[in-house]
Formats: sequence, C-alpha cells, structure tokens
Amino acid sequence: MTEKNKKASPWKSIQFGLAILAGLFIYAYGFEITKVDLEDLRSERRQESLTRVMRALARPEIFEYDQKEEIINSPIYVTCPAGGTPTVPVPDKSSAYLVITPTCAEPGETVQVEGFNFAPNTSGPLRFIPGSDPANVVEIGRDNVETDAAGHFIYDFTLPKRSSKDVQYIRATLRQNVGVPHLTKTAYDTWEKIVETVFLALLATTFGTFLAIPLSFIAARNLMKPVRSPLASISLSILGWPVGIMVGYSIVRWVESFSTPFAGNIPINLLVIVVVPVLVSFGIRWALPQEEISKPDRTTQITRYFVLLLIVLVSFYGLFHLAGLSMNLGLIGKTNLGAFGFLGNFLFQIGDIVRIITPVLGGLAAGGVLSSLMTRLGQRATEKLSSGSIKLFNLVFSTLAGATVFGLIGQLVKSLYQIGNPIYTLWGPIFTGALLGLLLAIFTKAKDTLPTGMVIYYVTRTFLNGLRSIEALVMAIVFVIAVGIGPFAGVMALGLHTIVSLAKLYSEQVESIMAGPLEAIQATGANRLQTIVYAVIPQVIPPYISYTMYRWDINVRMSTIIGFVGGGGIGFLLQQNINLLNYRAASAQMFAIAIVVASMDYISSVLREKYV
Amino acid sequence: MLQIRNLTKIYDGGVKALDNVSFDVPDNQFLAVIGLSGSGKSTLLRCINRLIEPTDGQILWNGEDITKASPEEMRRIRRKIGMVFQHFNLVHRSKVITNVLAGRLGYINPAWSLLNRFPKTDMEKAIKQLERVGIADKADHRADELSGGQQQRVGIARALMQDPEMILADEPVASLDPVLAHSIMKHLEDINDKDGVTVLCSLHFLDLVHRYADRVVALNAGKLVFEGLPNEIDDKKFKDIYGRDAERVG
Ligand SMILES: Nc1ncnc2c1ncn2[C@@H]1O[C@H](COP(=O)(O)OP(=O)(O)O)[C@@H](O)[C@H]1O
Ligand SMILES: [Mg+2]
Repeated sequence: MTEKNKKASPWKSIQFGLAILAGLFIYAYGFEITKVDLEDLRSERRQESLTRVMRALARPEIFEYDQKEEIINSPIYVTCPAGGTPTVPVPDKSSAYLVITPTCAEPGETVQVEGFNFAPNTSGPLRFIPGSDPANVVEIGRDNVETDAAGHFIYDFTLPKRSSKDVQYIRATLRQNVGVPHLTKTAYDTWEKIVETVFLALLATTFGTFLAIPLSFIAARNLMKPVRSPLASISLSILGWPVGIMVGYSIVRWVESFSTPFAGNIPINLLVIVVVPVLVSFGIRWALPQEEISKPDRTTQITRYFVLLLIVLVSFYGLFHLAGLSMNLGLIGKTNLGAFGFLGNFLFQIGDIVRIITPVLGGLAAGGVLSSLMTRLGQRATEKLSSGSIKLFNLVFSTLAGATVFGLIGQLVKSLYQIGNPIYTLWGPIFTGALLGLLLAIFTKAKDTLPTGMVIYYVTRTFLNGLRSIEALVMAIVFVIAVGIGPFAGVMALGLHTIVSLAKLYSEQVESIMAGPLEAIQATGANRLQTIVYAVIPQVIPPYISYTMYRWDINVRMSTIIGFVGGGGIGFLLQQNINLLNYRAASAQMFAIAIVVASMDYISSVLREKYV
Repeated sequence: MLQIRNLTKIYDGGVKALDNVSFDVPDNQFLAVIGLSGSGKSTLLRCINRLIEPTDGQILWNGEDITKASPEEMRRIRRKIGMVFQHFNLVHRSKVITNVLAGRLGYINPAWSLLNRFPKTDMEKAIKQLERVGIADKADHRADELSGGQQQRVGIARALMQDPEMILADEPVASLDPVLAHSIMKHLEDINDKDGVTVLCSLHFLDLVHRYADRVVALNAGKLVFEGLPNEIDDKKFKDIYGRDAERVG
C-alpha cells in the first residue's frame, strides 16, 4: 500500500499543479470577460457621482415641507463690453436683492455675489442664466448658498464659458421650509405600489399552492409506481378524455343557457341558490350512502347514477346563478360602496371568473369521469374475456388511442407553428400514432398490465423540470405580451413559477414519507384517493406549510422586481425613478422594499415556528 | 378456510423470498409463522392481502382466488382482513381516533371519507374498540404521543374496526418488551377465541409460540420446512428451522 502511494505521488503533484494552472486560467478569463477594473472605480468622476447617488439614497423622499421660494436675478456681462464697466440698474433695496462685483468679467473668472434682505437661514442654488432673458429656465452650475441670521450671504461665483454681448443673469433661488413636514407624493405612490406588490405575491402564492398540491402527488414516484393497468383500460381511458371533455363542455354550456335569461335578476338568483343546495344535499344523501355492506341491485345502482348526473347538472345550474348573483351584487357594490368599491369589484371579478371557468371545469370533470369509467370497462373486459378476444380488442382500441393522441398533438403543432399542410399536422401524426398503438398492442401480452403510473410520472416530471428552469422574470415578459403590462401579468408569471417549483419540492416530500402507514391504510381496503387523504396528507402537511412560507418569501422578493419588465408592483416605479436619475424617490422605494421583505421574513419565521 | 397453493415470490432484484409454499389454515385457527429474519415471513403475510403481488401460485380464501381478484374485489377482500404490524404503522400526526376510524375506509363511500366524514355508528364503534384494548382515554391524543405498547393497541383497534374474518400480524410484538408482548398477544388470543377470527401471526420467540399458537408453519429461505403442532418442534426440527448452529435457549 505505502509503496504504491509513494510511487503515485509525483504524478499526483503534477496533477495538482495542472489543476491550479487550470483554475488560474479560468479566473483570468473570467476577469477579462466580466471587465473587472478598479481603475474606473477610482476615477474622480465616478467617485463624485457615486457620492451624489449615495447622498440621495440616504435621504429618501418620504417627508417634505411646503417651501417658500425667493428668486432673485441680477444682471452680469460676461466679457466686458468695449465701453468699460457697464452700469446696471440699482436694485430695489426694500426686499431681497443681489449685488455682483464687478458687473462684468471674462468667462472662467470669479465674481463676488452678495445677497441682502433674504429670509434668514435659508439655502438654495446660485446659478448662471445664459441668454438675455431673466425668465429663462435653463440654469448652469451647481453652487449652493446659505444665508446667515441676518439674511445675508457672500459667494465667489466662477462664471461659466458663456460669453455674450448682451446682458446675462445670475439667479439665487433661496428656499425656506414652512409649516410641518408631510408625506410626499412619492411616499403615496410608493405605498400604493407596495400594497400592489404584497397582494401580487399573495395571489401568486395562493394559486400556485393550490395547483401544486395535486401535481405533487402525480409527480411522486412512490405513489405512481404501483399504478399499472392493462392495455385495454389505457386505450379506452385515453379515448374517454377528449370525448368526455367535449361532451361535458357542451352540456355545461347548455345548462348555462337556461340561466342567461335571468341575468341581472337578483331575486331569481337568490331563489335558485337556496333551492339547489337543498336538492343536492337530499340527492346526495340518497344516492351516496355513507356505508354499504352489501352490493345494491342493478336497478338501484342505475337509478343512483342517474340521480347523481341530475345532481351534477343542477349544481352547475346553481353555480351559474351564484356567479350571476356575485356579478350583480359586485356591480351594485362598485358604485355604492365608495371607498370599499373594491369589494364590489372583487365580487364582480370572482363571478366573472366562475362563469368563464365553469364550462371548462365541467369539461375536465366529464373527461375524468368518462375516462375512469372506461378504465373500469377495460378492466372488466380484461378479466372476463378470453385472451384472444382481448388481443383483438387491444389491436383495435390501442390503434385508435394512438391515433387520437398523436392527432391532437398534431393539431397543437398546427396552431402553434401555423403549418397549414394537413399531411404534417393531421394525417401524418394520425398514421404514426396508429402505427405505434398497433405495435404496442402486438407486442404486449393480452392481459399484461403496463406501468401507466410511471409514464405519467415521467411526463409530469419532465414538464415540471422544463418549466422550472425558466426564470419567473422571463415568464413575466411572456405574460406581459399575452395579457398586457400590469400586475395581472406578474400574478400569472409568479403563479406559474410557484406551481412548478412547489410541485417539485412537494413531490420530494411525498417520496420521503414513511411507507408503513401507507401500507397499513391500503391493507384496510382503502382506495387510492383514500390512501392519499389518510396516509399521505397527514405526513406531508408540515413540510408543505414550510415550503409554502418559503415560496411566499421568494414571491415577495420577486414581486418587487417583476415590475422591471412590466409585471406590476413597485419595481416599475423603482426602475422609472432610477432611469430619471431621481435617486431620492428611488431610495424611498428601496426602503419600502426592505421593510416589506424584512417584515414578511419575520412573519413567516414566526408562523413557521408555530405550525411546523 | 385459507389455502396457500405453490406460492412463489421473486422480487425484482431476483431474490426468491417464497419458494413453492403450500399449506392450509382452517377457520378460527391461531397459526404462528416462524423462521429466521429474511426467511420470508413478511412476504408471505403481505402476499395474502396482496400488498405484495405474488409471482406464482394461488391463495384461495373461502374458495375465492385472491391472486386473481380485480381491484374492486380486492377492496372487498382486504376489508375483511385486518393487519397488525411490527412498527405499528400508525399515521403519527393524526389523532388516535382517526387512526382507528381508518379501519372503516374499505366500507365507507370514498366520496364521504375524503371529507373526513364517518357515520355516527362508526364513531361509536371506534370508541368501543378503544375501550376493548383499554386506551379509550387516549382517543383525542396524537398517535405519536403514545408509547409503543399503546400504539400497538391502536393498531389492533384499527384492525378490529374492519370486522375482520382474519388478522395478519407481522411480528406484532418484536418491538415491545416481554411484559407488553404478552398483553398484546393476549388481545390477539382474545380476538381469536371470542370473535372467531383466524389469526396468522409471525413470531420470533418460541415460548410465545408454545403459549399462544394452535399450529405452526416454519419458513427457511422461502421454503416451508415445518408444519405442525408447537410441541412437535424437537431439537432436530429446531435445527432445520433455525440452522445448524442455532442454540436452543429457554
Ligand atoms: N422489497 C423487496 N425487494 C427485494 N427483496 C426483498 C424485498 N423485501 C424483502 N426482500 C427480501 O426477501 C427476503 C424475505 O424477506 P422478508 O419477507 O422480509 O423476511 P422476514 O419477514 O422473514 O424477515 C429477504 O431476503 C429480503 O432481503
Ligand atoms: Mg419481516
């Protein structure tokens, strides 16, 4: 052993040296391309502007006094005229006035400016006004003067290089604070935007969390691995989805058409909203008994399904009335509630959202139901039929399912890439899908189960990882294009990013739960959903809360800068003020951000301690 | 009547955990399953309620082949088979009463249970089972606040909630000290006697086998090496079961 080590050591030293050289090379190149240069930092110009910015930042524009200004112009000739020292009018000595000696000088020379009768202890700029108009708004110079207790000042003013035959002016603008300090307009704007920022983060976190939870279960290996189904079930359920979605969507739209005549009719809305839950709860009690020891007979079962279907339709009808009511009340509230009009707006928007997404939800629900019924049908068929007939069944339906999936993908491609050729977007994919489906059916033994769960798992994981690698800021740019500049784009971007990153983190928690309780619950005869509710969820609640808090922190931070790309929130103001070199206002916004981020940090750490 | 026929389980890694095992268990028997650790006891018990999919063979229960049951039939079968575990397998953060009620999940309508709603009769029944195992006062405690012995009683109460016809107990007392072990075994004995429940219980210690079991099956490296009455295990049989180097103690 020692022998071997000794032999290897020179080679090891060479390796070590080479590694150091490589490191040096990498960092040297890094310096080059990131332009590390302290020379620039030391230059006087940089130093000066840095000091100016730092001073502005140290005085955030939060409070201000009302100010009284005294503006006095006094004539001066830059380059003395040929006729010797010009005479200037004698100032009115009853109020503030300036005396400049001498009254003419060459550019770059210094004259003495003396002020009298100003208000005591005031300060302000003393500047050169080029051109011969005393009202000119262009001012040159950065000099500042301060009056003493007698309202007097003396200042040696260096004339700029602006010579003219005509008279020019030096202007003193002395400002005095009056009254008590009050909040600036910047402060009000900042407040408004910081509130927007916090709510942006809140909405994004809430939506993101709700959608991430179900995703996290199908992205968890331990839950998905045991999910296997026979090919017959898979093909039928794939066919069930699109059919269910279309049928469900149309049926719900049809239900909606019965509620439209009553739009704006609040009493009818109310009546429906009271009656529907009563009907539904009676119906559910009857059709879904809590516990059933023996299997009910066929007729009862069919009647039950029928009643359940009716219940669902009636519920959707009620939902549309609820949405209508919410919108109507919202409209009334918006106009009559004054300062609380936003509550009305909230109601209106919620109603509108419900109205719009209800048919979509109906479609998805119907798709899910039909597909799960089809899964059972496939399961039954696989159990009951002979291997030969199942093989035939699979050959047909697997081909159809493959064609459907690829055909739909083709249609998506068509709309995204605007390819008009149906060979590429319709017939090609359909043929490929059918072929793949057929091959799958040929090579799968008739009654074998396939790892459906793992396929879903990998697809979900890939999707999550792909989206997660896109920064929220980049998503915001896309959403600004899609829904316009404003906080809504920010909510969408942050919300989407929250969904994908939380789903990943959550699913890792699901994967690390204890397997014991899971198998114990399964052993009682619980189905998959029950197992999740009784064995998985209790175990993952604490990490879910803690990740949500952590995400909330990130979202507050992100929402402060998402405005840089037009996503709403305080970032927009901040960027605007920085671009306008309005550093005192920018400073106010930076302070606001610091306060919000720090207090959210604090709140979330307190909550985390309490609940986790 | 439970009939195991040529049961074989080969795990993904190629381990043959059960090798052509066959035996019968008449109703209402207390059957002990013994063997070294790694001999396949847990695998055998988990194949019976198909927490583990058998590779080959049949498991007939009252004439019905469990290995061929569809998911829905499996739900119906599983709810009649209670299971008790070495590490109790309670959901730690849930209340004791919720853990016990979970035993009804195979019966109640899934839609209701998702909302955490149990029928009133089940609530009463859960309290009654907790009383039976002597920890009704702990109903509202979190499961992880209980001691090991108490947790195992919750596990038994959960199995009882299923109105089981058979209980599979996988080394139910291996994580408990000897005094507690007897109290847990007595509960199982009581259930076997009074409720007429068939019990399949894997055990480590032979004294427990002698004290509680009606009959014994022994596994060694996945093979059935003994089947008979507890007092038929003589020194030769003992060496077959536990290996040539094993010493008989106690
Ligand atoms: N999930 C698994 N994957 C692969 N091998 C396993 C798995 N579970 C158990 N085994 C192996 O199967 C054999 C039997 O294990 P087990 O049934 O747990 O035995 P026992 O309960 O008697 O200790 C052991 O060799 C074990 O390593
Ligand atoms: Mg074991």
